[in-house]
Amino acid sequence: MSSLKIQIFRVGFMLAIFAIVATSLVAMTEANTREKISENERQALLKAINEIVDSKDYNNAILSDTLVITKNKLLGTKEDTTIYRARLDDKPVAAIFTSVAPNGYSGEIKLLIGVYFDGSIAGVRAINHKETPGLGDKINEQKSDWIRQFKGLSLTNPSESKWKVKKDGGHFDQFTGATITPRAVVSAVKKSLEYFNKNRDTLFEVTPDE
Amino acid sequence: MNNIYSTIIRDGLWKNNPALVQLLGLCPLLAVTNTMINGLGLGLATILTLVASNGLVSLLRKHIPDEARLPVFMLIIASIVTIIELSMNAWFHELYVILGIFIPLIVTNCAITGRAEAFASRNPVGPAIVDGLMMGLGFTAVLVVLGSMRELIGQGTLFSEAHLMFGEAARQFTIVVFDNYRGFLIALLPPGAFIGLGLIVALKNVIDARQKAKEAKTKSVLAEAVAG
Repeated sequence: MSSLKIQIFRVGFMLAIFAIVATSLVAMTEANTREKISENERQALLKAINEIVDSKDYNNAILSDTLVITKNKLLGTKEDTTIYRARLDDKPVAAIFTSVAPNGYSGEIKLLIGVYFDGSIAGVRAINHKETPGLGDKINEQKSDWIRQFKGLSLTNPSESKWKVKKDGGHFDQFTGATITPRAVVSAVKKSLEYFNKNRDTLFEVTPDE
Repeated sequence: MNNIYSTIIRDGLWKNNPALVQLLGLCPLLAVTNTMINGLGLGLATILTLVASNGLVSLLRKHIPDEARLPVFMLIIASIVTIIELSMNAWFHELYVILGIFIPLIVTNCAITGRAEAFASRNPVGPAIVDGLMMGLGFTAVLVVLGSMRELIGQGTLFSEAHLMFGEAARQFTIVVFDNYRGFLIALLPPGAFIGLGLIVALKNVIDARQKAKEAKTKSVLAEAVAG
């Protein structure tokens, strides 16, 4: 073999060794952290749920009392999502589900919405969005209290025609310099309530344990 | 020996600052500096990665085939970043929630490949680690200055959202510099990042030019004194 060929093989071999070592290290780390990470994520989800529905108000294992709902136009979801159901002594208390506002300023805004059995809102949180920092990101509950105002509201309070931002003649404040984001969130919350009212009984149906 | 380190320190922090002189890593730099705390967050994550990657590259430098060194650097950096991300997610989950979004951005920071290529692959481990630390600090300093500038001009505050990094107690760190400030949107949007960085680079050049003029003057005065 020519010396060039030997050289190419040598370099290729070394590169392969580095790739194998690096990939194994990453794989080992992944295997060692997988359980801990999914536990952390469960805890984070539970914390998010308890921010919306007080943990004193229900006593079922909420993370396993779930139902998969297929993609839905009213919820704006394009894939199956999980709904978590809070019950107190087997009586339905609230449902917590994901809803997507498709028309944010920079793409989709993912919301976690909790609705009490009577159709009033337990709470809304923005869980994933790319809105402009300093403007649209005031929908984050850490950055402003705006998203907390939904608590206790329902489709009759304010009346259905008032489920808009003030600029559009509705009930809800927009932000200085940002109307699109609040408009998208208000409309998504309204549609989620419509979805809930339409499907309330099936949402709380108990699926028999397999 | 001491001399090497003082040169490395001066290079990283000022003379060869990765953000102001090498103009490396601009993608994450421009993207996240809309507040000071964001800048600090990316800075800390970058320092950690830069020290680890410089150390490792220097340690392995005799075994890395010259022809394939760039893919090997990328492998090392990407693995380090992934391992840091996974470990933080598992053991420092609170911190991960805050810095997590910055970590994947670091892979796109060519300052790290740049230092591996320009310094770590040619120098022993000690200087390589110090170089990583100093370049990281220099980068962080620019991030924090640019972040503060944009936050101050854009929304009239400093240290806003400090609780995201330092916990609930830090909520009152926020300094409202201008009351009832109406905001200056462009500073927060991407153009503000470019303009801000441009101003900082210009300022550095002015300072350097002044310094040089001063030195030249002292020299010529000395020369005259000698000639006289």
